[in-house]
Amino acid sequence: MTDPIRLTAAETAAAIASGTFTAVEVTEAHLARIEAVDGKVGAFLHVDREGALAQARAVDERRERGEALGPLAGVPLALKDIFTTEGVPTTCGSKILEGWLPPYDATLTKRLRDAGVVVLGKTNMDEFAMGSSTENSAYGPTANPWDLTRIPGGSGGGSSAALAAYEAPLAIGTDTGGSIRQPAAMTGTVGVKPTYGAVSRYGMVAFSSSLDQGGPCARTVLDAALLHEAIAGHDPLDSTSIDRPVPPVVEAARDGDVRGMRIGVVREFAGEGYQAGVMQRFGEAVDLLRELGAEVTEVSCPSFDKALAAYYLIAPSEASSNLARFDAMRYGLRVGDDATRSAEEVTALTREAGFGAEVKRRIMLGTYALSSGYYDAYYGSAQKVRTLITRDFERAFAEVDVLVSPTSPTTAFPLGERTDDPLAMYLADLCTIPANLAGNAAMSLPCGLAPEDGLPVGLQVIAPALADDRLYRVGAAVEAALTDRWGHPLLEEAPAL
Amino acid sequence: MPGITREEVAHLARLSRLELKDEELDHFAGQLDVIIGAVARVSDVADEDVPPTSHPLPLTNVMRADEVRPSLTPEQALSGAPAREQQRFKVPQILGED
Repeated sequence: MTDPIRLTAAETAAAIASGTFTAVEVTEAHLARIEAVDGKVGAFLHVDREGALAQARAVDERRERGEALGPLAGVPLALKDIFTTEGVPTTCGSKILEGWLPPYDATLTKRLRDAGVVVLGKTNMDEFAMGSSTENSAYGPTANPWDLTRIPGGSGGGSSAALAAYEAPLAIGTDTGGSIRQPAAMTGTVGVKPTYGAVSRYGMVAFSSSLDQGGPCARTVLDAALLHEAIAGHDPLDSTSIDRPVPPVVEAARDGDVRGMRIGVVREFAGEGYQAGVMQRFGEAVDLLRELGAEVTEVSCPSFDKALAAYYLIAPSEASSNLARFDAMRYGLRVGDDATRSAEEVTALTREAGFGAEVKRRIMLGTYALSSGYYDAYYGSAQKVRTLITRDFERAFAEVDVLVSPTSPTTAFPLGERTDDPLAMYLADLCTIPANLAGNAAMSLPCGLAPEDGLPVGLQVIAPALADDRLYRVGAAVEAALTDRWGHPLLEEAPAL
Repeated sequence: MPGITREEVAHLARLSRLELKDEELDHFAGQLDVIIGAVARVSDVADEDVPPTSHPLPLTNVMRADEVRPSLTPEQALSGAPAREQQRFKVPQILGED
């Protein structure tokens, strides 16, 4: 009999619906896998064994009663520890929230429960989603299942590593500057940043509110589409939630026909700093798209070279404001309250003790960019760059249906290599940031292993806002053709843990 | 543009309510100087006649009906409080004593 941990989410749901496995059996198999390998990988901060089994039992009972099950009922999922879960720890990778039990579920958490998805636990992440390697977690780093001495990407390294290590077939990430797509690229998995506003931010700990977007992570394009459909849609509790129908992502993932599609290669995402093997696999993916019947052209987006600079002003500025809520008064850590210190002193001592170095750097950088005398030069200019980048996209999408690029300039780098060099770390998000600044939809999917190090390379596909289905059409076509060429999915080449 | 000094970092830390240690001030001053040097390239467009974008969606004043809805109980709202008293958050003194 097939090992349930090797199934895709779609196969798992079908196996449960047909009675091949019960949801409890599937959940127990994943809990056993986590038990066996997570000591090496470190994908999970918290495993909710009881809650997961209760959710699985509920699915089995519904099936026994003959109730119709949804397309993901009984499928296990690894949830990034940035979404609130009622009564289940939510730390956001920070000591300042250690031990906090949220009194409510995020909208996304609720939708997962309503879909019968089994939440196995909460995954590791860079503190407050600030980072590209998961090394900024206050609870220690996560390892890349392809090579345990390397980073899994970040900030959602725990979610992507859980997929690559077969600890869960589905995961949730959030993407402010690439935190879903870059970890997907580093681990040979699929990750999608939906159009800004597609997935509710209610109950998602805020980092940079005009950029943050939750989204699906999976091992296949179809699984990502099924999860996308389950979590997207209007939420009155989030004032930036889009009140429009969810694009037909599942249909597009099942179709996967790119004949006649116009695909633009972003000229600016190449050159110095791009690893040779990454560019080689990317080039081959572009050739493949042409063979599959797409019309490929080169497109120029001249303002993209200022995207990284604009991002590292806008995101820290919004973060400095958002993280002001951690004041030691209503929840979370409180340090130094000895009945002599003032509230302000207690706040400052608590934030000093509870925040890690990267969070402090970004809070101060944002405070600097917003301070009088610097506001126009920094924050104001960054907002103008944001307009120019949006215009670059508009011009490009007048000529092509989607844009493609490498997801990240390099493959997974060794743990510890960039921790003392914030600027080098930021470069990992060079190609992913423009889509956040403009609010577009974007995906990363595996397109091979770099010849020089044998590590996964990600292909990024970017679509206009509200055209998320195009990502899945292109992703499904590339995935099918490459799986056919390799004879198996890429992840089967990952070493055994 | 000018670099950032240790004194400026100390000022930013105060504004940010971060009680930084001396060695952190030194460390962050060097790093922030490098980062600010790199992000300063946005000022190339400072004089261009381009409207600013603060948000990807053209939304203004999203309103909802002012209706009573179920919400957290006081017990739930206080469940994470570092200290509490008489169904309230208990906080250190906010105003000076004199």
